Amino acid sequence: MTTTASPPVASGTGLPDVSQITSSDSALRRFLHGLPGVDQVGAEARAAMLSTRSIKTSAKAWAIDLAISMIDLTTLEGQDTPGKVRALCAKALRPDPSVADTPRVAAICVYPDMVPVAVEALRGSRVKVASVATAFPSGRSSLAVKLADTRDAVAAGADEIDMVIDRGAFLSGRYLEVFEEIVAVKEACGEAHLKVILETGELDTYDNVRRASWLGMLAGGDFIKTSTGKIAPAATLPVTLVMLEAVRDFRATTGRQVGVKPAGGIRTTKDAIKYLVLVNETVGDDWLDPDWFRLGASSLLNDLLMQRTKAVTGRYSGPDYFTLD
Amino acid sequence: MSERLSSGGAGNRISVRKTPKLFIGGKFPRSESGRSYEVADSKGHFVANAAMGSRKDARDAVVAARKAFPGWSAATAYNRGQVLYRVAELLEGRRSQFVDEVAAGEGVSRSKATAAVDAAIDRWVWYAGWSDKVSQVAGSANQVAGPYFDFSVPEPTGVVAVIAPQESSLLGLVSVLAPAIVTGNTVVVLASEARPLPAVTLSEVLATSDVPGGVVNVLTGRTDEVAPWLASHMDVNAIDLAGAGDAAATELQVAAADNLKRVLRPQRTDWTATPDLHRMLAHLETKTVWHPIGV
Repeated sequence: MTTTASPPVASGTGLPDVSQITSSDSALRRFLHGLPGVDQVGAEARAAMLSTRSIKTSAKAWAIDLAISMIDLTTLEGQDTPGKVRALCAKALRPDPSVADTPRVAAICVYPDMVPVAVEALRGSRVKVASVATAFPSGRSSLAVKLADTRDAVAAGADEIDMVIDRGAFLSGRYLEVFEEIVAVKEACGEAHLKVILETGELDTYDNVRRASWLGMLAGGDFIKTSTGKIAPAATLPVTLVMLEAVRDFRATTGRQVGVKPAGGIRTTKDAIKYLVLVNETVGDDWLDPDWFRLGASSLLNDLLMQRTKAVTGRYSGPDYFTLD
Repeated sequence: MSERLSSGGAGNRISVRKTPKLFIGGKFPRSESGRSYEVADSKGHFVANAAMGSRKDARDAVVAARKAFPGWSAATAYNRGQVLYRVAELLEGRRSQFVDEVAAGEGVSRSKATAAVDAAIDRWVWYAGWSDKVSQVAGSANQVAGPYFDFSVPEPTGVVAVIAPQESSLLGLVSVLAPAIVTGNTVVVLASEARPLPAVTLSEVLATSDVPGGVVNVLTGRTDEVAPWLASHMDVNAIDLAGAGDAAATELQVAAADNLKRVLRPQRTDWTATPDLHRMLAHLETKTVWHPIGV
């Protein structure tokens, strides 16, 4: 469970030699398959155990505010309109207009064609604009199209790019292809942050999740993200645990910190708090920050606001008092 | 073989005791708080450990009721009526169990308990019959000074919290529950604190009839503890205070004012008497439509 992976280390530096690991498909495979296997039962038991933690009163209030500030408020529907995106941006800036001290969310996450609308609506605020790219959600397109998709979103003003990895290539063991694609997209991102979506629902095993996490980090991803939200199962606690262990081990060996973003299926305050407990217990305070941990969600925000209202007014609130997104 | 079984088990068999549980969203959970309380019969003898519902159970019940509301209120009146008749059929099948529980809990003779159970089943059928008739009584075609076909139809209010009568544990319960659900509302009912068992058995009947999960949610526990949370809950649209004391009712009414709930104050009611329509009409809203017609 807590075994730290030990990648090949360039002599004398203490850092893994990425160029050596990624020099060929077989070298990369050797490295990724050399990562310690994940104890499936152990990971699930630990996630289940941590999810029984009881977070109450002032700690809960703190966790609710932190969770709100970590949300990537997401709308990724074919029926999205500029009006809907503007409404969501307004909500991102003032999640609960009736309570002034409600924190802002971290970012708005939209399709590339909606980026200009979101950028315009969020201008001057600290709320970031994230755009999915690279033929989201399936990633089934040529590299040229994926790079054009990415450049398009960055040119439109996206601060963050959520890319999907090529699961077909990954599952058939063509790791170098996946690696090079991520590197190319990272380059196309320029200044923009890159989040690498592993789509763990399609990776089948926790071992694959660990390998994909390392692959994404080695290739330069600033964040690793569980899922697109279009495939079930989306984010789960054990998968997030495996990914958190990966970013912890990666920082221990390379010194570079990578963020984690579970997305999809996180709908209630209780769920969100379970993730925060998991972060705190696995990687600690350093990741309990919107710069390093995000929650990809849409309906979660209303539930958090309802709980916040309950804490303020002392009575249970209802969905009638919050916007439908 | 059968002889051995019967001789071995007859005298010293240990009976399998039932744990009365809550009924939330079609499931039978224990209280989230893990608490229970002793239920005694009218002579003070222990009967069962009932779940002592907490405010969080009430919250979960309201969520379940809200979730069930679109489906139940959109079902045709005919369909709702059929479902409620089905409940009456199953109530009939559990008659003797209800009689036992009512007799023990209320301390009345078996014949009086039987009369109360029969009256409760009949009352259920009486209300079931109203499902497709209430709109004829409560609705109207209105005469207006213009070229409009103007009509008013009754619509369910939404989620109704019911504080069930404390004394009449089955007949009283049915008399406040049936009028709320027959018109399409969904209900969170707080059972009689001292006599919750008929309500628990009724929830078992509801679970095995065709009533969708969440339409009726039954909580057992301390009325004083749970009722204020239902009264102040912003997602509850109406509250029937039948089982609240006069002093408590005023406080609950004040709490209920926050989101302008419809409040039905407790009245001195003879549950054995034939009811009128006011409990059913109390949980209805009126929608009026002005439909233009050619001149």
